[in-house]
Amino acid sequence: MKPILVKGSEAIALGALAAGCRCYFGYPITPQNEIPELLARELPKRGGVFLQAESELAAANMLLGAASTGVRAMTSSSSPGISLMAEAFSYMAALELPAVVVNVARGGPGLGGIEASQGDYFQATKGAGHGDYHFLVLSPASIQEAYELTARAFDLAEKYRQPVMILTDALLGQMKEPLILRKIKPRKYPKDWALTGAKGRPGRVLRSLFLGPGELRSRNELLQKKYRAMRREVRVESYLLEGAELVVSAFGSLARIVKEAVNLAREKGYPVGFLRPITLFPFPEREFRKLAEAGVRFLVVELNCGQMVEDVRLSICGSTEVRSLPFPPSDLPAPEDIYREIKRCLRSPRR
Amino acid sequence: MSEKSQKVKDYRFPRVLRDRPFHYCPGCHHGIAHRLLAEVIEELGVRDRAYGVASIGCSCFLYYYFDVDICEAPHGRACAAATGAKRARPELVVFTYQGDGDFAAIGLTESLHAAARGERITAIMINNTVYGMTGGQLSPTTLPGQRTTTTPEGRDPRVYGYPMKVAEMLAEFPGVAFCARVAVNKPKRVLEAREALRKAFLAQIEDRGFGYVEFLSACPVNWRLDPIKAAEKVDELAETFPIKVFKDEI
Repeated sequence: MKPILVKGSEAIALGALAAGCRCYFGYPITPQNEIPELLARELPKRGGVFLQAESELAAANMLLGAASTGVRAMTSSSSPGISLMAEAFSYMAALELPAVVVNVARGGPGLGGIEASQGDYFQATKGAGHGDYHFLVLSPASIQEAYELTARAFDLAEKYRQPVMILTDALLGQMKEPLILRKIKPRKYPKDWALTGAKGRPGRVLRSLFLGPGELRSRNELLQKKYRAMRREVRVESYLLEGAELVVSAFGSLARIVKEAVNLAREKGYPVGFLRPITLFPFPEREFRKLAEAGVRFLVVELNCGQMVEDVRLSICGSTEVRSLPFPPSDLPAPEDIYREIKRCLRSPRR
Repeated sequence: MSEKSQKVKDYRFPRVLRDRPFHYCPGCHHGIAHRLLAEVIEELGVRDRAYGVASIGCSCFLYYYFDVDICEAPHGRACAAATGAKRARPELVVFTYQGDGDFAAIGLTESLHAAARGERITAIMINNTVYGMTGGQLSPTTLPGQRTTTTPEGRDPRVYGYPMKVAEMLAEFPGVAFCARVAVNKPKRVLEAREALRKAFLAQIEDRGFGYVEFLSACPVNWRLDPIKAAEKVDELAETFPIKVFKDEI
């Protein structure tokens, strides 16, 4: 199959189409406008729905309504817009609605900027809205992966009756790479919960209000059980772990710069490996723990002030050293910046 | 069918309603509005493709009473959720059931934009001039001088402005096909309200546009009145909020 040259945002939109997405609701925000613009052209041609909402609040609730009828539906936005959608996300998680949400993240807090940032890691993985809930969060590092993971997100959403987030950033969203439009075969899951009109059956209800004694506790236990079951979806990319004394970890587009730094260090003979979480929630705790048990130290590199590093530390429970190398949003680090830190880590005695 | 048997039919318990006591306070008008809604859904034969959006407020338990598919929406977002459901499955007959706080305060943007787009949905707003569920606070439709728990000296227009006239506003939108304000404090008005509801559903069933019915509704507990006096007070509300069909393109 001949590759096409597309932006990351376009790859996400194409992945959604390949997975049979029927409805898109969104509100304009930089740097992700290529997603709605492509879908505005393509969805109606396929009998689907494209609707630009009056706000992110409305877009997320339109998504809630569409998802409740059992169709494949999505929205996309960037950081400030995702904050506005958080209310509906909490409801969608509580109502157990399958839907796909894309965050092409930009710098924050506040209006921040429009450069690449990973400052929304906490927001994505800990649940942006109120209550005990999580998204299943996937983070691609290439344009091909953005396409594949978006398509997979629709399956996972239906498999677990669960909103799934693609967390990427302005860097991947705006850059171009070759993409092979691999054919996707959407999986089929039962929709015996969907609101399609109560013909031949009693009316169904999707609700999150539980006032009876113990009802809300049972509800939360059910959700937590599902989140634990989602651990089987954990994916990582590991590289050069053989003989590594230091493992550098990063996610998303930044992981590619980090990988280059790891290559540089290996060429110079430093015993360093690379581990990239692809699922950010559930977090690949076991993968980190196994390395920690083998005595490996960690360096966590992020385009924020240090967020994922907390999950790495939780995973290994203080059994080995975890250093943070944060790059707050502004400029992207060069591989050499990370290489220097790798050398420093390996030269310094173990704490 | 003879006129007599037709009348008998009208007094049956609507099949769309579940046989369950309402949780509403004595003298509250939600019960009458619920019954009318159930009757209209049954009469139009759309029970099997009805999709209701329950909002946040006293009527959030809509699904306890209606034997149709019902989804809960966050506070104020009912018209957005309804838009999503209707666009996803246009064969559904989609309605929202909201209070004045839900529809006209926190959700005004979603409500107005759904109307402006001419969404093929039916929106029902129960206007009782207060936040009922939270204990009777100021709402966008509270009358000047009306005492609420957050305006203990009465609504002062210099502080809170004037009541929002939603039906009048919506009637201006070309996307709205039917728009009326009704009341249910007198038998004749109940019948008129039923007809308005029917037309507000026909607006979407016949693909004409957005349908809207606003119920002036008594809230005896939060008005600190007994049910009879509260029903009488609805006439006072009607001086500010005229009971009227503002638009009828059915």
